[in-house]
Amino acid sequence: MAEVITIRPFTAAAFNQYLAEHKLMTVKCTKCGGVYAPPRAICPKCHSEEMEWVEASGKGKLAGFTVIYSGPTFMVEQGFDKKNPYVSGIVELEEGTFISARITGLDISKPVEVKVGTPLMVDFVEFGEGEAKKTYLAFKA
Amino acid sequence: MPKVKSLPRGVAMVGAGMSKFGAFAEKNSRDLFVESYKAMTKSVDKGFDPSRIDAMYIGNFSSDQFEHQAHLAPILADSVGLLPIPATRVEDACASGGVALRQGVMAIASGMADVVLVGGAEKMTALNTAAVTEALATAADVPFEIPAGFTFPGFYAAMASAYMAQYGMKSEHLMNVAIKNHDNAALNPNAQFGVTIQTWMEGRVAAALKKGKPAPTWSTIWDFLHDEGGNPTIAYPLRLFDCSPVSDGAAAVLLVAEEIAHEFTDHPIHIIGSAQSSGSALHDRPSLTSIPAAKTAAANAYEMAGVTAKDIRIAEVHDCFTIAEVIASEDLGFFAPGEGFKAAEDGMTARNGAKPINTSGGLKAKGHPVGASGVAQAVEVWKQMQGQAEARQVDGDVNLALTHNVGATGSTCTVHVFERRN
Ligand SMILES: [Zn+2]
Repeated sequence: MAEVITIRPFTAAAFNQYLAEHKLMTVKCTKCGGVYAPPRAICPKCHSEEMEWVEASGKGKLAGFTVIYSGPTFMVEQGFDKKNPYVSGIVELEEGTFISARITGLDISKPVEVKVGTPLMVDFVEFGEGEAKKTYLAFKA
Repeated sequence: MPKVKSLPRGVAMVGAGMSKFGAFAEKNSRDLFVESYKAMTKSVDKGFDPSRIDAMYIGNFSSDQFEHQAHLAPILADSVGLLPIPATRVEDACASGGVALRQGVMAIASGMADVVLVGGAEKMTALNTAAVTEALATAADVPFEIPAGFTFPGFYAAMASAYMAQYGMKSEHLMNVAIKNHDNAALNPNAQFGVTIQTWMEGRVAAALKKGKPAPTWSTIWDFLHDEGGNPTIAYPLRLFDCSPVSDGAAAVLLVAEEIAHEFTDHPIHIIGSAQSSGSALHDRPSLTSIPAAKTAAANAYEMAGVTAKDIRIAEVHDCFTIAEVIASEDLGFFAPGEGFKAAEDGMTARNGAKPINTSGGLKAKGHPVGASGVAQAVEVWKQMQGQAEARQVDGDVNLALTHNVGATGSTCTVHVFERRN
């Protein structure tokens, strides 16, 4: 049976639903071609309301990063602490827009050697079971 | 971009005061605000009748989260005996105080009020550090930034990493900002950490010896600042001494219409530029090494005031993290992009430098009760412009000063320009 295609609203919930399906979706303005992630219902460049979801290629590069030794409670619950720090970063997507994501696969024993500009590929990190399962946007070095 | 309009009516600051900043288990935001109000009333040269106050604006980020107390403005108005005047709380994260100041300016400039009390208050230390971190994180673009694991030190650390990559700065360079701001705070009796880093380090050694523990072997503050034991990494590349503290505190200033300022003082401080600008989440910007809202607010404030960056004698800027002061000094046009960290290293931003920044000790060392910070910046400007900054008084004529107050990573920025004419 053919998949029923419905246009999802340009909301955080829809963005997260796509993430759960392991898709990083951008929103494109059909009038001026502006591409955005996270989603927007109104184009900030030309104010058009004619937007569409477009899947990102998944390629990007590291624009800025941090190694966090003391994270929020939900990150602590996921096993991160001073001895097991994690990386948060800003990723420049191939499409030219930027997004916040977890960064995996970097050697952070010497953070000073991590290079801004490192090529990255989209990844999806899951945590929790059943109803509580949540998918987080990540990029892998 | 909206056209910059000149103020239709002049506005002057005729009094300013603050509570001590710190961690006060026995004081809530109301108690701290009362302290700042009393300090403000004492600073008004000719005294004044509080019943002349027409309205009050309060900068407060989140008494809801920090104290489980919302609807703060009328409570604060009542606490200083100002009922039934309209009292309004404004919230733009850590820029709440600067935005409250601007609301006060607009109320007078519009003619709707002649005398306005502007305050800022935040009581943060009732929560533990983890809970404070999470409360502050609500100032981010929560659904899109927080799942990435970002904290506020993390956001500014990411900006620092991009700045280091672009301009060849090393994280050590940021320590110059912390050292300077602690040097200034050591001369500010209201500062939360009113000690130099040297004194701090010596205190740590003395405490270890007293406990019979082996004393750390730091011989200079640079040893101390490079040591994970003295200065632990919080969010690489930022360490403890790159971060402003969790603070309790309040500040208050009295604004009046220019034509009645002489009834309060013979030395009013005129607010000649007032601008506010909004920006996106950090990831939605073309560059991580500058804050667009700060550049826009600065340009608009300079245009309104008819001055340039070069004319500004001193500035209180939003150094929630050391990298934020470096970026601010560039966004405000004091130094070229990529030059701010060198200016800090060369002492240009020190009290006796060409462009003194954060003579109060800044958010870093004076303390950062978030909603109060933007108003407390105006208090420092007041003291410096009146020649009342005591041991930290800047030499020469401080006739033009600026304050720069940022919310979150720069989603809000206010810039104010102050002038003393006699
Ligand atoms: Zn468009």
